[in-house]
Amino acid sequence: MIEKPQPFWSPVAAGVALGLALLLTFVITGNGLGASGFITRFAAQTSAWVAPEATATNAYFGPFIQAGKPLASWITWEAIGVLIGAYLGSRNAGRISVQVERGPSIGRGERLIYALIGGVLVGFGARLARGCTSGLGLSGGATLAVAGFVFLIGFFAAGFLVSAVFRRAWQ
Amino acid sequence: MSFPLYDYGIASGLISGVLFGYALEGAGFGSPRKLTAQFSLRDFAVFKVMFTAVLVCAVGLYLLRSGGIIAENAVYVPTLFFWAILVGGLLIGGGFALGGYCPGTSLVGISSGRIDAVVFTIGMIGGTTAFAFVYEPLQNFYFAAKGPDAQRLPDLLGIPEWAVLVILGVLALAGFAVGSLLERARGGPLTAEEVCTPAGEEPLSASGHAMKI
Repeated sequence: MIEKPQPFWSPVAAGVALGLALLLTFVITGNGLGASGFITRFAAQTSAWVAPEATATNAYFGPFIQAGKPLASWITWEAIGVLIGAYLGSRNAGRISVQVERGPSIGRGERLIYALIGGVLVGFGARLARGCTSGLGLSGGATLAVAGFVFLIGFFAAGFLVSAVFRRAWQ
Repeated sequence: MSFPLYDYGIASGLISGVLFGYALEGAGFGSPRKLTAQFSLRDFAVFKVMFTAVLVCAVGLYLLRSGGIIAENAVYVPTLFFWAILVGGLLIGGGFALGGYCPGTSLVGISSGRIDAVVFTIGMIGGTTAFAFVYEPLQNFYFAAKGPDAQRLPDLLGIPEWAVLVILGVLALAGFAVGSLLERARGGPLTAEEVCTPAGEEPLSASGHAMKI
């Protein structure tokens, strides 16, 4: 079935909805929302399947493995919830679009290489920063944590810089 | 009953996640073109949505604390490790501008059918694993320039919390006004119809390419 996608919400409406979802999460759990924490646990589990010994003795992944099942955590259920919520929203609004989404000047292969490199940088950066745009920027920012705002300054500064250098990727 | 509930159960995770994912998708954050258009100043959705959400939640937490519903120091506040967090933020901002997503939005991209989001996520797993295997030599940097535990802007600036919220509100309004002007000048913001149409094809007015599954 093909239909015209419904418009996105206005940024203020989406921001209010996101802010209330975040507030509810703080009231229920005492923590904010996250995403990279799930990726970390998933990476630790994947690494343990591929190289059990090296992972168990690794200084960073080791503690996750020694504590038992790395994926048995609140953040895993939250991430599954994100997948479900985004699927329901995009399906109901006719916004599911199976594609390699890219700028007009590059092909699919080049786009996927950029996606892979970008993912590596983001994965590494999230571990260095101890969080990502969700956990530090959004949740940390909402608690007025200094750490959250230092993160956001770095995030936007590098975003504008890299975007200017790799203009071709999206424009 | 006292709040927060400190409930880390399955239902708690699913409810928080579903609302999070639903709001991010509604904002248009499953589309890397819309997300990265922030950095070409064509679409200020990232700035507007994020700033609005931070303010709504920050004001909510302030009111709940003032009303005695939640206790002081009851919610988690991250601690600053200046260099690691600044450089981590730079890497995430750069990787986002190049790859099109951040960790949360890549999950939204996957759920809305974006194949590039799957590849991005595989990259993130690789980057996370790479970090784990260089963590030991990086430890000095990782813990360098630590700030006071759970330090917040009111502590840093020495002004009351309500004043910080007012300043952030004024900055948000100014940013929204400038952002909307720049958006109009650059032909943005990007619509759902545009980003649900693969690049190189004209958006159809009567029926888009979005598949309803």
